[in-house]
Amino acid sequence: MYRYDDHDHAIVQARVAQFRGQTERYLAGELSDDEFRPLRLQNGLYIQRHGPMLRLAVPYGLISAAQLRRFADVARRFDRGYGHFTTRHNLQLNWVKLAEVPDILADLARDELHAIQTSGNCIRNVTTDHFAGIAADEIADPRPWAEILRQWSTFHPEFSYLPRKFKVAISGATEDRAAIQVHDIGLQVVRNDAGEIGFKVYAGGGLGRTPLLGQVIREFLPWQHLLTYTEALVRVFNRHGRRDNTYKARIKILVKALGREEFSRQVEAEWTNLQGGPATLTQAEVARVTAQFAAPAYETLAADDLCHLSHLREDKAFACWVARNVQAHKIAGYAAVTLSLKKLGAAPGDASSEQMEAAADLAERYSFGEIRVSHEQNLILADVPQRELYTVWHRAKAAGLASPTVGLIQDLIACPGGDFCALANARSLPIAAAIQERFEDLDYQHDIGELELNMSGCMNSCGHHHLGAIGILGVDKNGAEWYQITLGGRQGSEARIGEVIGRAFAAADVPDAVERLIAAYLAHRHADERFIDTFDRIGILVFQHAAYPHPHQSRRAVNG
Amino acid sequence: MAKQIIKERRLQDDAWKVVNLVDGEAPFDVCLPVGPLLVPVAVWKAKKACLIHREYEHGTPLGIWLAPEDDLAEIAADIDDFTVIAVHFPKLADGRGYSTGRLLRERHGYDGELRAFGDIGRDQIFFLNRVGFDAFVIGEGKSAEEALAAFDDFPESYQGDAVQPLPLFRRRAA
Repeated sequence: MYRYDDHDHAIVQARVAQFRGQTERYLAGELSDDEFRPLRLQNGLYIQRHGPMLRLAVPYGLISAAQLRRFADVARRFDRGYGHFTTRHNLQLNWVKLAEVPDILADLARDELHAIQTSGNCIRNVTTDHFAGIAADEIADPRPWAEILRQWSTFHPEFSYLPRKFKVAISGATEDRAAIQVHDIGLQVVRNDAGEIGFKVYAGGGLGRTPLLGQVIREFLPWQHLLTYTEALVRVFNRHGRRDNTYKARIKILVKALGREEFSRQVEAEWTNLQGGPATLTQAEVARVTAQFAAPAYETLAADDLCHLSHLREDKAFACWVARNVQAHKIAGYAAVTLSLKKLGAAPGDASSEQMEAAADLAERYSFGEIRVSHEQNLILADVPQRELYTVWHRAKAAGLASPTVGLIQDLIACPGGDFCALANARSLPIAAAIQERFEDLDYQHDIGELELNMSGCMNSCGHHHLGAIGILGVDKNGAEWYQITLGGRQGSEARIGEVIGRAFAAADVPDAVERLIAAYLAHRHADERFIDTFDRIGILVFQHAAYPHPHQSRRAVNG
Repeated sequence: MAKQIIKERRLQDDAWKVVNLVDGEAPFDVCLPVGPLLVPVAVWKAKKACLIHREYEHGTPLGIWLAPEDDLAEIAADIDDFTVIAVHFPKLADGRGYSTGRLLRERHGYDGELRAFGDIGRDQIFFLNRVGFDAFVIGEGKSAEEALAAFDDFPESYQGDAVQPLPLFRRRAA
């Protein structure tokens, strides 16, 4: 992974000092709330229901064992001994004290960690595929490009007061595991006919109040121009994005208003002035960064480890875990292990300090000392030899990290919701827990099979509800919490925004409604058909009838 | 006390006056006080001849101020005439002026004084300086003395900018 040199260290250290000064001036009353807000947000600090929430960055989801231990230590000393992993490679601490944040940042900086641009109207943490570097369908490793973009976007002097937040995601594989089409900029690594690396550029995707998929504004951008082109694109947004209405300020609204062709034309026009300039990437820089993501020293192993195969035969629970939580690796004899953060009784994505340390131990012993954070809010050991899987499973179980439910309903995505977040209209966590409990029976879950259930506590869509095969959105109706259900959302290369099925449900009715939807699926599915495939085949109407058993209610629903 | 401005990293007296159009006032009707003026684009266009005459006859230098939404193409041909170009930041969160600064320096080759005024303070100086501003009128109620310390907030930056055109990766390699 990328390791800091003196320059990187100096920049992060300077940020700690700068933020310490800003915090002191705020606490001394020299900075007003309005003046401090953008400064603290650009450092991931929100004022939440219980006080400040600090969002720490895991750049492109890659973290070392030592860094994860640092998170665990900070969570224990400055918070309540746990943190929440989000859908965008961040770790949120919910109970920090404002005056201690500079100390937290100073501690983090010792291990090359920070909270830079994890919020605010600036370029956010660049995200990517959690299987980067190990997936068989990879065109090129996206991480060097993500790191190059991280450096370019860090303290970009021109783009710190954008109309709205700006998120970039990059995928290097055929299958998009980074949800690039719902980002302000989505980059797909491609090769041209000559075999040269470049990017297919999407712009204007995003969830939130107006969910839109990104549009292709350039089919092939040669890699040399990644930064100049991106700079041109963000400049067009900075100058022309709407600033009069915060709900219309994302780049997706600008792209939609101008149309794909006109937006693309404006970017190209701006780019002609920057193309070939000093920000043009050099082979030397790409080589310098790429070298830091070199593959670890893999052993030469047989494709199938005999011990592993016998464990699979003899231990049904292990086989069940492997089927769900172990993913293929491009190197023979290796596998990727998903450590589930979706244990029953814990908030999705939450990890205790002990769990983080356990994951760090596992990474050090069995996976070259590195961990990934997935956008499904789990941790991943990317390079585990097959022969160690049985041991890893036992240890992960002991740490509460082995729920064999990856991709199943228990693996649902949820934001922290109204229990923590000041923006939320409704709580997510009790609903998530109620659904997980309802489907607690593992055989039932496995019978239902792959199902993406995503939940957000408000329109900001941190839980990516639009992309869930079943999406649940918390809405406020005259002070009461209600939940709107969408169906048919997809992430990945065939990304699609889900469709609202009708009238919202009261909190207590959500698990029943979900169960009725799933019953409809089970009644109609063909063999080996996933929920989403059945939905695509039979359409929404069957599900609407199932969701609203009383006909007059469903009519009302359809009428809005 | 004379108005103060940060220039060359120190506080200096400032003689420039900002001319505003009041609601409904036609640009041509604006009364121009004596002394160096920063006029809005509309006034510049309406009274260009008069302003140039003042410079020619009385040596009064030319200045203009730009709002965030102003189109640089409208003044592109005149840019070298100005001794001072000022960019207004009506709200701290309105970052359009940062692009304006870079465009003036990097695209239009403007090398006169580029000043930022409006809702800016110590915490904006470092980036403003990097995008090409070299003079700063600190917003009301904020300390100009304290803002002087902000030029050195960071010892190094990743990107190239209006002051150091080479990004770090080009200097790192050397």
